[in-house]
Amino acid sequence: MAAELVTTETTQVGTEQTAPTGTKRRFLWMRNTKALTGFGILAFFALIAAIGPWIAPYDPDERSSDLLQPPSWEHWMGTTHLGQDVMSQVILGTRSVLLIAFVAGFLATFIGVVVGITAGYVGGFGDEGLSALSNVFLVIPQLPLIIIIAGMLPSAGGLTVAVVIAITGWAWGARVLRAQTLSLRKRDFVEAARANGERTWRLILAEILPNLTAMIAAGFVGTVSFAVLSQITLSFIGITPTDTWNWGTVLYWAQAQLALQRGAWWWYMFPGLCIALVGISLTLINFGIDEFVNPRLRSTGLNAKTLRRRGIRPRIGFTPVVHEAKEDRA
Amino acid sequence: MRFFVRRTVFYAITFWAAMTINFFIPRLMPGDPVSALIAANQGKISPDAIDALKALFGLDENTTLWQQYVTYWAHLFQGDLGISFSGREPVVDILARSLPWTIGLVGIATIISFTIGTLAGVAIGWRRGTRADILLPISTFFSTVPYFWLALVVIAVFAVRLGWFPASGSYDRSMVPNLSWEFVGSVVYYGTLPALTIVVTSVSGWILGMRNMMVTVSSDDYVTVAQAKGLPERTVMLGYAARNAILPQLSSFALSLGFIVGGTLVMETVFSYQGIGYQLLKATSAKDYPLMQGCFLVITLAVLFANVIADFAYGVLDPRTRQEG
Amino acid sequence: MSAQPVSPAAPHARGRGADPVLEIRNLSVDYGYDEPTHVLRQVSLTLNRGEVLGLAGESGCGKSTLAYAATRLLPPPGLITGGEVIFTDRDGTQRDILTLDDRALRASRWQDLAIVFQGAMNSLNPVHRIGRQIADAITAHRPGMKKPEALEKAAELLDLVGINPDRARDYPHQLSGGMRQRVMIAMALALDPQVLIMDEPTTALDVVMQRQIVEQIADLRERLGFSVVFITHDVSLLIEIADRIAIMYAGEIVEDAAALDVYRAPRHPYADGLLHSFPPLRGPRRELGGIPGSPPDLASLPTGCPFRDRCAHAFDACAAIQPELVPSAVPGDDPARRVACHLHTPALVEAAGFSPRLLPPALTHPAP
Repeated sequence: MAAELVTTETTQVGTEQTAPTGTKRRFLWMRNTKALTGFGILAFFALIAAIGPWIAPYDPDERSSDLLQPPSWEHWMGTTHLGQDVMSQVILGTRSVLLIAFVAGFLATFIGVVVGITAGYVGGFGDEGLSALSNVFLVIPQLPLIIIIAGMLPSAGGLTVAVVIAITGWAWGARVLRAQTLSLRKRDFVEAARANGERTWRLILAEILPNLTAMIAAGFVGTVSFAVLSQITLSFIGITPTDTWNWGTVLYWAQAQLALQRGAWWWYMFPGLCIALVGISLTLINFGIDEFVNPRLRSTGLNAKTLRRRGIRPRIGFTPVVHEAKEDRA
Repeated sequence: MRFFVRRTVFYAITFWAAMTINFFIPRLMPGDPVSALIAANQGKISPDAIDALKALFGLDENTTLWQQYVTYWAHLFQGDLGISFSGREPVVDILARSLPWTIGLVGIATIISFTIGTLAGVAIGWRRGTRADILLPISTFFSTVPYFWLALVVIAVFAVRLGWFPASGSYDRSMVPNLSWEFVGSVVYYGTLPALTIVVTSVSGWILGMRNMMVTVSSDDYVTVAQAKGLPERTVMLGYAARNAILPQLSSFALSLGFIVGGTLVMETVFSYQGIGYQLLKATSAKDYPLMQGCFLVITLAVLFANVIADFAYGVLDPRTRQEG
Repeated sequence: MSAQPVSPAAPHARGRGADPVLEIRNLSVDYGYDEPTHVLRQVSLTLNRGEVLGLAGESGCGKSTLAYAATRLLPPPGLITGGEVIFTDRDGTQRDILTLDDRALRASRWQDLAIVFQGAMNSLNPVHRIGRQIADAITAHRPGMKKPEALEKAAELLDLVGINPDRARDYPHQLSGGMRQRVMIAMALALDPQVLIMDEPTTALDVVMQRQIVEQIADLRERLGFSVVFITHDVSLLIEIADRIAIMYAGEIVEDAAALDVYRAPRHPYADGLLHSFPPLRGPRRELGGIPGSPPDLASLPTGCPFRDRCAHAFDACAAIQPELVPSAVPGDDPARRVACHLHTPALVEAAGFSPRLLPPALTHPAP
């Protein structure tokens, strides 16, 4: 039983509380307010996307005599130059924004996972080739590439845009996953499984993939927010059909009809805020994942006020001293 | 030195790959965009341009793909990117005219943004839990909106409402471009709003990245050792923590350049700023394929070049790369 | 070496309370701010001038925490909740490290007390040359000194620990593990400190290198006269170099005695178990035992003695009252020797309403 005495001490006193397991892990997820807020906002928009056609107050294409009206009780987000209801356009545009973004996100993540894990797992020439490929795709500016491809296509409908975004946006995930797979492959439990003669695909599915979940999730969320921005940009510059609504199309018409010069701020303000809200929700979710993966980033769990009241300023190299302990010993 | 050799090889490969993608994109397009285009612009396109278009899309049936590829490279090295059929002038000329504006605007704004963001990230990451943390959510908000949307807002506020800055253009059109202070002043005046837009949207990424790196690096042992040595706070913060945190920050600078440049291109349109992005979008809506390809090529080259510089800086700052490669 | 007078020759004042240079009194440390774990509870420990004090115990028992807290280097969310750490200078002036302001603390650091950290691999800044890293400690404390002069001093220090001074221009990644550890030692000696804390300085090294480093430390101490706190889980190593050994368990000191006394005649059941987990490097072989079970979770410590679940001699009182660090109950023992075990405090046990137990023969070997 002498082995109970561990021969190497854990290096840092400060980082001992890493990676809890099992139920505690899930519990941490739930405690992360950032991630929860992000999920909340995203769920709200997902709901709008699902029930949009039933809750939109007007037909987004329907013209009326209320030309270019600021927000009012009849039109919460104002009207366009043709008297169309901006809010209805925004509500109905939500579905396409989220749908395309998530399809693109799934596709890109899928490519990234396949390329990344393969490169990290097989090593050698295969790895060199695949890494070079993803590095090339990382360096080539994506948005211009998307614009070029989408601009040359005869028609750039929703699914096409999603595919184009996925083809250009998978490299980041692949790169991160490759590095992680590489380090996982050398860990004891993988080596042990391999020594036991487990099949490669089982090894990858059962031993490696579960340990990459957080990173895959982070990559997915990142790609989704990139896809939101990309497709809205494509719609804004008029590459995608301008008669199907999404937030970018609303902005396209606002720009084309000189909303700026006419002082019609509501026309571009509300779609923009929606983009920002979705963006923020995704960023918050990613913060949550980051803090989950890298415990050093985790805030200490207490609000700053309480710390200040107790006179504690956590910092490296100067441990705070408070005289709170009971001096009950001689 | 091995590090630099390896990187050079990598960039050569990337350059080749980007150019090859550029070659194949029009050839992989479904349907026959050229015939559609010629039909749509009946008689407005010169026979020369039609030939050039056919060559571009690989519709010339007398040549093999390989021959086309070789010709493509030959033309590239001669600086021949074809003729823009909407403007009827060589693509190279249009690019040469537009590129300096984009590089000037995006380059300077990005450097300003990177510098401010990194310094702010150092400060926020070093002193966690202070009031400066409020900067984080604010800058995060701006990082999640598209550049072009912020450009709209900035124009509405500073140009239309307040009238402090012009809403579009890159210099006072009544002036003839020259090197006088007056002209330079005009360029700066017109460039302020676009630059502001770039800085405001991109700065949060740098703040956040640097902050996270500072937090991560701060719990590394050598920072504790530096504190144990009783070094002045400034030395520990800058010479130990920030000096190491800047390395990953530089890598991500290289990697996000493409993203930033992509975003700013569309913003140029909103400001009618006569850079590459403006040309690219104009070409896209006019289906001016040679110009589109030329723009993509130049943008890719510029990003590659900026990457080379960032990589070089990394190599200089990190002694480990110089040795192992 | 420095402008200060060299310490009076007291290399082996292994005395009892004779000339303390560092006194830790009732030091308490929490980990976490909102749901704190009490990782150190009222720990007191004295280091005398010229002495080598060994600090031993299993992983997670609080040895390193004690060292980091006493120097206020414990990273967040560490929190010192009470106690004093009194440093006595060569001229007799005393200061409490825990009450110094930032400025005074910076000035005191490395000058009064230097540390060789665990894992030299990560203790050196990877982007600066090692000479510069030693020199910046010097220039920070000797404002008058010019950079070239400090670099020269750095080269001398490297020479002192047996590294070619030319290597001052190397980067950390160009050095081997053993060399890096020497560099850390050279760096720690840069300002001629009075106290040197060494946190597992040899753990990451191979056995041959361990021996060299330990001998080097002993040799340097002989020449320079600093005091050492040597932290390790390797008790047999301590017995060779330490004058006195303190054994920690679950954030408390359970036995504090002269090195040979601990080795030959441990008085605490945990010390006894710990000694039987390592083969002695020299001397007669003994049966290797070990301690069943593992250290308790500090977040939920049981009442009474924290060691009782793993202790072969535990009895009913151990679950009820917490042992205090008191002089050993074995007749003839060194009066300065202290141990925290109810077997040694029959009066206290009786006062609490339990029947005291006799010390088992294993813990009453006569002291040498």
